[in-house]
Order: sequence, then structure tokens, then C-alpha cells
Amino acid sequence: MSAATADLAPALGPTFALSATHVWIILAAAVVTYVTRIGGNLLMSRFKTIPRRVDVALNAVPAAVITTLVAPSLVQYGTGEILTLAVATLIGLRLPMLGMFAIAWILLVALRNIGL
Amino acid sequence: MASAQLRARSTARSGARADFWVGFRESITPTMSAAPFGALFGALAVDHGLTAGEAVLMSVTVYAGASQMVGLNLFRDNAAAWLIVFSIFAVNFRHVLYSASLGRHLRHFGFAQKIFAYFLLVDPVYAASEMRVEKRRPLGFAWYLGMGIPVYVVWNLMTLAGALFGRLISEPERYGIDFLLPIYFLGLLLGFRRRANWLPVVLASGVGSILAFLYVGSPWHVSLGALAGILVAVLLPPGKAANDPVPGEDRPEGVI
Repeated sequence: MSAATADLAPALGPTFALSATHVWIILAAAVVTYVTRIGGNLLMSRFKTIPRRVDVALNAVPAAVITTLVAPSLVQYGTGEILTLAVATLIGLRLPMLGMFAIAWILLVALRNIGL
Repeated sequence: MASAQLRARSTARSGARADFWVGFRESITPTMSAAPFGALFGALAVDHGLTAGEAVLMSVTVYAGASQMVGLNLFRDNAAAWLIVFSIFAVNFRHVLYSASLGRHLRHFGFAQKIFAYFLLVDPVYAASEMRVEKRRPLGFAWYLGMGIPVYVVWNLMTLAGALFGRLISEPERYGIDFLLPIYFLGLLLGFRRRANWLPVVLASGVGSILAFLYVGSPWHVSLGALAGILVAVLLPPGKAANDPVPGEDRPEGVI
């Protein structure tokens, strides 16, 4: 850990102590994160009308990005997890989100408890 | 006259209130799926040498789970400050795409509303908002708050709980806690399956992100995989847009 730097909030006690170094890093991280959240909109607002190709690209964003949050778990985890995702996909084509989520969760716990 | 105006205003207000509660109801699943990760982050943060106060400060201000976890590892390894900040930026880069994509549908928000709305733009809120557009329901500020605020509040409360009591949860794997997020994201993904070229985009992003995950490393697999999918969407013929959001129609022209 970085050497103890000045505690910015000594009154809060050790559990909630805020080291100056940590606080600055966290705040800088918060700023760059906010820049990513507003940045795409700032870029797009330069267009009066959005070119057709850009529009097509942006419509693909949900599927393109959310896939990357799921797919690597196919190589990161084992049989039980892959099986869970496969069954969840089939269920998800028929049931709404909450039902699919609950069934997949139960299945995952069951598969893990039998050692898959 | 005045009373008609008042009545109109109060109707608008109760409409907004109803919209807020619709958003609130829809936020229950995302809030529940994110909650364990808030606690996990809090517990790991204390484990990695942050105080509970710093863990909560990070959740309150950064508010981006995956990047917060990456940040923890670097804090523990005593990495240079710029490297920690840059890594968090890299993990969060996908939000640029979210905000560009969703920005087309938030043009009717006021300036201050936008400033605030983009702060709350985490994965599930983005997906739920796009889904709202897909179903051609109005995407108003009140609905957005109803969706976004519970996720934010619970994320921070769970961070605090995890930081204070994290050591009490043993073996989260036995209860599948560690794998809830992939299941949840899969559900979100399936929700978009009627969009034009959905399957080719998913396949390209899937293969791209797995290859990048194996050969380039995390977090680059997110941006590289997404790029592969978007490229396929642009190169393919327009396709049968079963349920594509109508370009232009719901977007009055306007800047920022």
C-alpha cells in the first residue's frame, strides 16, 4: 500500500479514513469515467443529422458491447457455467428476463453442487 | 385559463410520477443483479488495503463496477497513479459507445438533465433505455431516474455493507454469486435479438472478444470485440430491421 498519506477526514475514525493519495486517484478515475459517459454524446452532437452508416453502427452497439461482457466466460469458466448459459439462452428465447434469470441461477447452483 | 394551466401542469407532474414508478419497477432485476457485486467490491476493497470510506467514495464517484475491481488490483500492487487511472479509463471506454448510441434518444433532455443522466449510464441502465426505445415507449427523464437511481443507491449501500461485513460471506461461489452478472448480461443480450443483423453482430463480437481476451488480455477484449461486431453491422447489407429504432423520427434535431 502507498505509505500512509495525510488522512483527509480524521474525524471519521480509522474505518472511514481517507488517505490523500487514494482520494486523488479515485477522483481522477471518477473524472475519466464521467468523460467516457458523456463523451460519446458530445461527439455525436457535432452532427446535425447522423450519417446512415454511423446510425447503423450505433444501432449495433447494444449487441456488440453486451456480447463482449458474456462471451469470455465461455473460456474462463467450466462445464457447469457453459451449460448454464446454453440452457439460459434457450429459456431466454421464451421467458421474460426474471424467469430466465431465476431458473439459470438455480441450475448453476445445482450443477456446481454436483461438481460440474 | 390559469386553472387549466395548473391542471395541465399537475397532470404532467402525475404523469412524470407514474413514469418514475414504471422505471423503478423495471429496475428491480438490474438492481438485484448488481447488488452482490457492490458487496463483493466493498469486501475486496478492504481486503486490498482501502478503507471502507475509500471503497464507498470510489463507488459513489466512479460508479463502474468492473473498472473498480481492476483498480483494486492495481492499488494492491502499488501501481503508479496514472496507470490506475488509465486502466480504469480503458475498462470504461465502452461507455463512449453507450453515450453515442443513447444520445440520439436523449436529445429532448435539458442540459442539466443530460449532465445528470450520463452520470447514471451504467450497463443495465443503458440496456434498459435502449430496450425502451426498441419498444417505442417514450424515454423520459422521470422514467430514466426511476431506472437509474435504485441501481445507484443500492450499489453504494452494498459497497458499504461489503466493506463493513464482507468477511462474513464465505464461499460466494457455492451460491453462484460470482456468475450472476454473465447470466444477467445474457438476458439483456437476448432482449435485442430482433434488431437488424443481431446474430452476425453477436457472433463477430463473441469470437472477437474471446480471441482478444485470450491473446491481448482484459480489458481490451471489450473494445476490440465490440469493434468487430460494429464493423460487421456496417459492412453487412442493411438487413431485415425487424424492430430497429426508426432513424430520425423520434429525434428532434438539436445539439447536445
